[in-house]
Amino acid sequence: MTDQDVSTALAEELNRIAPDVSLEDVDLAGDLREEFDIDSMDFLTLITALGKRFDLEMPEADYPKMQSFNALVSYLRDRRA
Amino acid sequence: MPSLGADMEAGTLVEQLISPGGTVKRGDLVAAVETQKGVIEIEVFQDGILENWLVDIGAEVPVGTPLANIRAADEVSLSGPLGQPEAPTPGEPEVPQPHDPVSAPDLPEDPAPQDPSPQPAGPELPMPDLPEPEIQWPEDNIATVGQSRPRITPAARRRAAQAGLDLSSLGAQQTGTTITRSDITVLVETPRDDPLPDMRGAIAAAMSRSKREIPHYYLSHQVDLTNADAFVAKTNSDRAPEDRLLMGALFLKAIALAVRKVPEMNGHYESNGFNPSEPIHAGLAISMRGGGLVAPALLDVASLKLDELMHNMRDLVTRVRAGRFRSRELSDATITLTSLGDRGVDQLYGVIYPPQVAIVGIGTPSLRPWVHEGQVVPRLITDITLAADHRASDGRRGALFLKTIAENLTTLEAL
Repeated sequence: MTDQDVSTALAEELNRIAPDVSLEDVDLAGDLREEFDIDSMDFLTLITALGKRFDLEMPEADYPKMQSFNALVSYLRDRRA
Repeated sequence: MPSLGADMEAGTLVEQLISPGGTVKRGDLVAAVETQKGVIEIEVFQDGILENWLVDIGAEVPVGTPLANIRAADEVSLSGPLGQPEAPTPGEPEVPQPHDPVSAPDLPEDPAPQDPSPQPAGPELPMPDLPEPEIQWPEDNIATVGQSRPRITPAARRRAAQAGLDLSSLGAQQTGTTITRSDITVLVETPRDDPLPDMRGAIAAAMSRSKREIPHYYLSHQVDLTNADAFVAKTNSDRAPEDRLLMGALFLKAIALAVRKVPEMNGHYESNGFNPSEPIHAGLAISMRGGGLVAPALLDVASLKLDELMHNMRDLVTRVRAGRFRSRELSDATITLTSLGDRGVDQLYGVIYPPQVAIVGIGTPSLRPWVHEGQVVPRLITDITLAADHRASDGRRGALFLKTIAENLTTLEAL
């Protein structure tokens, strides 16, 4: 699975939660919650969806590695590899 | 058309979920109504057969207007329409419950002979002077279920409806993209005359009434959430994401337990004074994307375990953010919780949602210097606040209420 595939999948899941935020308008290295204006419930919804989609546990202890769009792409790619 | 809040005067029928002749059971969702707060799903209050609809899709009618005729299972003729309870049938009285949102105030006290003809449209209410034009919802008709519909966010759907745009003309089905509110705004060239549209207007009406009528008093207290945070982390460590807890579930539980000790925080202040509520229906202030907020109720939170609370809270937030509420959730809250979450500031003082008498505010938790076991150490601290109605309680009781919430969150024993 390439970075592009993971990135596309993440963008799709984020679009379900924050359909009003366009990827072009945000800093992909910035804080995910700030950039996409999502709260803890939205974040949990996102993590749940990604866990199902990629068949990953997405443990809470790893949340610090999921703090930006780019960090999440790296995390998902490394776990899927 | 049920009343879905003190500030609601009219609503627009946007979905008929049951076709004429269809069987309905008490609690079934039968219709969806568009109000200033969004799309509300309407539950039916009796078993029977839906004979016919009295209001067309897209029509805006005053609160109290019957929406449909429902024939009870043991009736042979048309009965009182939905939205206006019929007289109890002799031998088998069926009286809508006091909190039933579709009940009208003029319920006959004695069983009366059934009127075989459909009743005239509801109580005489003046049509409110609403800014929106008549809204057409062709894509929401039940007959179109199964056909492709444009993907559109709830906010964009409302914006398009206000502007009278035909969604099917936007071409989103072909391109497969989602229509957002900004897309609609771009399409609508002339701005609205009304400075307070939709949800803003609903909030303005309810909050103005609150500040006009309710003598608020305010209290604040700091709580050490370090133990609670550790408890959530430990609980979640071996759980799949769908089963994880959020701190919000603990707040709800702590408040529900404190209400047991200080019941004058829970209920409605009405024309006859304060009416405490036995069940605790906790309104949850939920911010909406694109602005505004709503505070639908989590029903009967007192008896729920943490995991059940969390599940219900998740379900509610997900539906509300998708623009779907149920009628009871909007009318029945007995106390409200508002929480700033992880990205806010230290304190918020809520405005009580009438006719409730209290709102608990939770600030953003942060690490602060704190005296713990004789040492100054960093602990996870949050400010919890109470705004309460002085007609129903005094500061001493309010303080006990806040301290009880704090104790529940610190010791965790009761949770």
